[in-house]
Amino acid sequence: MNLRRLSLRSAATAALLACLAAAPAMQAPPPAPYTVLLPEGRQPLAVRVIGGQEMFALDELAKLFDLTVREDTLAGGLAISTKTQTIALTPGQGLASVGGRVISLPAPPARDGRAWFVPVDFVPRALGPALGTRLELRRPSRLIIGGDLRVPRIATQADPQPAGLRLTFNVAPATPHTVTQEGSRLVVKFDAHALDANLPASPSPELVPSIRAAETGAGIEIDLGPRFASFRAADAPGDRGAGRIVLDLVAAGETTAAKPVPEPAVDPPPLLELTPVTGLRTIVIDAGHGGDEHGARGPQGTLEKDVTLAVARRLKGAIEARLGARVILTRDGDQTVGLDERAAVANNNKADLFLSLHANASARPAASGAEVFYLSLADYGEEAQRAAQSSVPVPVLGGGVRDIEVIRWEMAQARHIDESAKFAGLVEGALRERVPMSVRALQQAPFRVLVGANMPAVLVEMGFISNPEQEKQLASEAFQGSLVQALLDSLVRFRDTRGGQEPLLPAGIGN
Amino acid sequence: MRRVLPVAAIAAVALIGAWLLFIALPRWYAEEPAADPPVTSAPAAGAERKITATLYFISEDGMSLVGVQQEVPFGEPVIEQARRIVEAQLGPAPDPLAAAIPAGTTLRGLYVTDRGDAYVDLSEEARTRHGGGALDELFTIFAIVDAVTVNLPAIARVQILVNGREVDTLAGHVDLRHPLEKNLTWVKTEKDE
Repeated sequence: MNLRRLSLRSAATAALLACLAAAPAMQAPPPAPYTVLLPEGRQPLAVRVIGGQEMFALDELAKLFDLTVREDTLAGGLAISTKTQTIALTPGQGLASVGGRVISLPAPPARDGRAWFVPVDFVPRALGPALGTRLELRRPSRLIIGGDLRVPRIATQADPQPAGLRLTFNVAPATPHTVTQEGSRLVVKFDAHALDANLPASPSPELVPSIRAAETGAGIEIDLGPRFASFRAADAPGDRGAGRIVLDLVAAGETTAAKPVPEPAVDPPPLLELTPVTGLRTIVIDAGHGGDEHGARGPQGTLEKDVTLAVARRLKGAIEARLGARVILTRDGDQTVGLDERAAVANNNKADLFLSLHANASARPAASGAEVFYLSLADYGEEAQRAAQSSVPVPVLGGGVRDIEVIRWEMAQARHIDESAKFAGLVEGALRERVPMSVRALQQAPFRVLVGANMPAVLVEMGFISNPEQEKQLASEAFQGSLVQALLDSLVRFRDTRGGQEPLLPAGIGN
Repeated sequence: MRRVLPVAAIAAVALIGAWLLFIALPRWYAEEPAADPPVTSAPAAGAERKITATLYFISEDGMSLVGVQQEVPFGEPVIEQARRIVEAQLGPAPDPLAAAIPAGTTLRGLYVTDRGDAYVDLSEEARTRHGGGALDELFTIFAIVDAVTVNLPAIARVQILVNGREVDTLAGHVDLRHPLEKNLTWVKTEKDE
């Protein structure tokens, strides 16, 4: 027992020394600070990268959240107390104990001189529970949101139109807003505490030179360029409580008359109007891997990332032509996209379906055949069970209590698991008609890209790129065509099970 | 004086015999059931003690894991035994099976919490030398999770770390942000063969 403690200690010391040694090298590019949004106001929170991990100084957290930090020099631990609870941290271990519950952290606490640093995930995972409040960490937008502040996520899409430019803001959850022209800019103001907006830098230099978040309040400022003539704003409901703002900017001299005719640009995209809610309106196709991350590699050098992108592009074309659904690719080029971002693309666009494409690889060259996966909730233990069926009683204005369905964003897939299983079955059946299947054709696994998807989600391993024969197939137009046709068939069948639309074209017509 | 020596010798032999019979042997036998691992074998004479544990390797067709009984050095307490089992799991596969964990991967550390969650800290090779296939990634992870949980009932869940840190995945597929429970989905049973 003593030995173990000793070896733990020496490991911790070594880790600390390594962190300290690495510290000067890491100081060069300081990462952007986080912004902490609390009911009391907004505060910047500096972040430091130590040993490849983003970390907050414990002293600053203590000031911000009124914590007491005690260092136990004898046991070598840290005790961080809120008014009611204590968090215990042990140097050298990526673990925290909150009221007896052990929580894992991506890295152990680090020390620089007298100051202690903790990984950013400490805030939502350990500090939130200890304070008895929700502290949401939105890493991509560098936000920490406390309490029940309204901070809608906004995903922006810029589509060039014959008459100018269409900007579509997907706002989740839907938030009351106004659109006004103030001189040479358009301002979209939201009834919210702050915005978590993803804005394109310069969608069209002559029409919209720049878009940015307003300096104060929750708003978006759209600068208008020299060719701007007029604008029309329309609201469209998104599903699952999200909203959509469609902003058509009409360019001068673009149309036949001198005066712009806003007519063609006024309506929201026809798909919103014509396709019933029950069908498939938006499908997100995820080409697995990309950029630095090659995925698996075939014996002849074929890369998984290239095969997945080729099939994803062809499938997009086929769906748009034949199903009339909107298709979004998580990447349309050879770039690195994080696993969270992939699910976020689907969530932010309120997709009805998420389909991730991959190619398999095995240490054994003989392994072959396609496999279809959906999420295994069992691998997420009790947490997933709770997520799948949790409701929280909330007092209602005027008295009484109402049960509100609550789900952690991270476990969004839990609610859609039955539909995912159904879709996976259809994909497996459709693939079997056209391509060779593995002996494990339909499986469940704890796949990272699926768990955060807030809609039915399936991952397809199209074949084994490590098998010389299958490598040739996966790279060939003919085999890719069979895959695309099979996936299209499965989409038609899935849409038909959801009802609301007659089949547009009989399944099975070639490309 | 001549008669005293043999008497003393006989008495000494009797004493040693009695000690062996009543103290040493019972103590020696009593040690075995008290040992932590569930599967134990008698210690090999003169050699270090071993237990028999089930380890997992990739089948010849590459489509499943196969459980293989192997001798693993004895370790006490549970955490020490878990280390021995994972170290054996990282070792070479018996013919004709293939190793589920990328070659060169070493065990940097192993911790067990009071709740029975084990944290298995692997070296970077687990990620950098991984072939990248989703099925092989499942095999890598569940070979370790199952080797620990099947052989050590005291450990209920396993979280894999790389280089001392929590990781999202090893090769882009399997979610490693949470401890994983025993899952024998990918293990071929006798009936399948």
